[in-house]
Amino acid sequence: MASSAARRGSAGDFLRDALPKIVLSPSLAMVLIFVYGFIAFTVYLSFTDSRILPSYDLVGWKNYINLFRLRAWTIAVKNVVIFGGLYITFCCFIGLMLAIFLDQKIRAEGFIRSIYLYPMALSFIVTGTAWKWFLDPGIGLEAVLHSWGWTSFQFNWIKSNQMAIYTIVIAAVWQTSGFVMAMFLAGLRGIDNEVLKAAQIDGASNFSLYRRIVIPQLRPAFMSAIVVLAHMAIKSYDLVIALTGGGPGRATELPATFMYSYTFTRNQMGIGAASAVIMLMSIAAIMVPYLWSELREKQQ
Amino acid sequence: MSSNASTQVVSTGRGARFVIYTILLIFCLYYLLPLYVMVVNSLKPLREIQAGGMMNLPDAWTLEPWKSAWSTAQIGVQATGLKPYFMNSIQMVVPAVAISTVLGALNGYVLTKWQFRGHKIIFGLLLFACFIPFQIVLIPMARILGIMGIAGSVPGLIFVHLVYGIGFSTLYFRNYYAQFPDELVRAAQIDGAGFFTIFRRIMLPSSGPIAVVCVIWQFTNIWNDFLFGASFSDFNSQPMTVALNNLVQSSTGVKEYNVHFAGAIMAALPTLLVYIVAGRYFVRGLMAGSVKG
Repeated sequence: MASSAARRGSAGDFLRDALPKIVLSPSLAMVLIFVYGFIAFTVYLSFTDSRILPSYDLVGWKNYINLFRLRAWTIAVKNVVIFGGLYITFCCFIGLMLAIFLDQKIRAEGFIRSIYLYPMALSFIVTGTAWKWFLDPGIGLEAVLHSWGWTSFQFNWIKSNQMAIYTIVIAAVWQTSGFVMAMFLAGLRGIDNEVLKAAQIDGASNFSLYRRIVIPQLRPAFMSAIVVLAHMAIKSYDLVIALTGGGPGRATELPATFMYSYTFTRNQMGIGAASAVIMLMSIAAIMVPYLWSELREKQQ
Repeated sequence: MSSNASTQVVSTGRGARFVIYTILLIFCLYYLLPLYVMVVNSLKPLREIQAGGMMNLPDAWTLEPWKSAWSTAQIGVQATGLKPYFMNSIQMVVPAVAISTVLGALNGYVLTKWQFRGHKIIFGLLLFACFIPFQIVLIPMARILGIMGIAGSVPGLIFVHLVYGIGFSTLYFRNYYAQFPDELVRAAQIDGAGFFTIFRRIMLPSSGPIAVVCVIWQFTNIWNDFLFGASFSDFNSQPMTVALNNLVQSSTGVKEYNVHFAGAIMAALPTLLVYIVAGRYFVRGLMAGSVKG
């Protein structure tokens, strides 16, 4: 009797100890299979001659060599560098400026803040649709200014091979700069006023106060903003599809649109997989060190 | 967060304040402009838009574009309007959000209060999984959905969003529960409370704020998704974003700008509503989604 009770007890103990792991295991299994397993599968495919359907015949680095020889990929990489660079720069600049201004005890601050932030709630497809018509020379800004009498005004970037990529920047900055503003504003509110007072007593002007003391202290906010924006820039797909569809020609091709079209419409799955691997690598190169440092700081 | 008026250090003169207010207002206009354009033009007859004057208020106000976008506009091959796709999105987003939030709460609870060897590695794996470009999983996911027999269906989309939503929902609850005192859990354990009792009686009652943040985050992300919708749905299961894109990009016939604008607002309304009603939580979700740890 006693021993069976003890055994039942230990079985109960075992169940009690295992329960948390059992609860966690479906999610963990899902992530291991659908994230890490899938990554492994796509990496494998990138070394095969897959076209319409996955094939398991290895061809070495051929897809990668072909990928970097493709003009469309070169354009996509060049575009993502232009787009990402300008997007990050403008978002940070506008975000920081608006945050500093909003921090000057502005009347109706909360109201203005929510106007700046609402674009972030919208889908890139909606944003792209709105900006597409707004930038369309036929009915948008150009037509409006013509009808107001400024007939020499020209704004047809969205139709231009050289300029179309900048219209993506305009719409993307519109969508995200308010969010960057909120990040900087949170950073500004965390700065100790005593240091500022001391500097002011020493005769520092407002401008040098910000340049020398405030902005350097926003380093963590800058880091987060840049990492988030870079990550969004590399993943950007919806906005391009809605705004320009990758065109005119290939003028707004990005790695994300390249991957999709090569994999699903051009039946070059091997090359598509290779481009996805490159995208993952670039994001990992940004995210891994960032997450690593964030987690380490937390432990201290 | 010390917003004490008396210690405001940086003071600005009258001229400077005028400039600041002007710039802030200009940016208000910049952010509101596309919304204004969408709303105004969705209430105009088509010929008014074609005649120019995108910025003008309608001469003849009309709700026709809205009716058309909702129930008669041509999307793909059928003239069904956006209504069935709106329903698809609802059917997709509700279960995906509900299940991922519940799983996230349980996972966060385990990862903070029932830690075992390797919990940090698991957390790291989940954290990184949140930031992969989804292009890396598109090909195998398309295969697996086919094998599971839910390709091109709403359940298939629910499954996809569930899988890739768990990472974030777990992070939210994990970070929130990490601040929750371990002593309470330990005391309840000594009193003989089990795993689920502690979760139900102690953790859940104080989880309201983070649950709201998590639901908003998941809702906006899944509602706004385009890539998965475009990759894994067919005509009967397309979500709102994909249908809107089809409506706008369709090249046949006259471009009905006013209908497109009305459709765009319809696709934006649910998340916009969430933002207006629960803006504070929305922002908290965004911030937690960007500065993690």
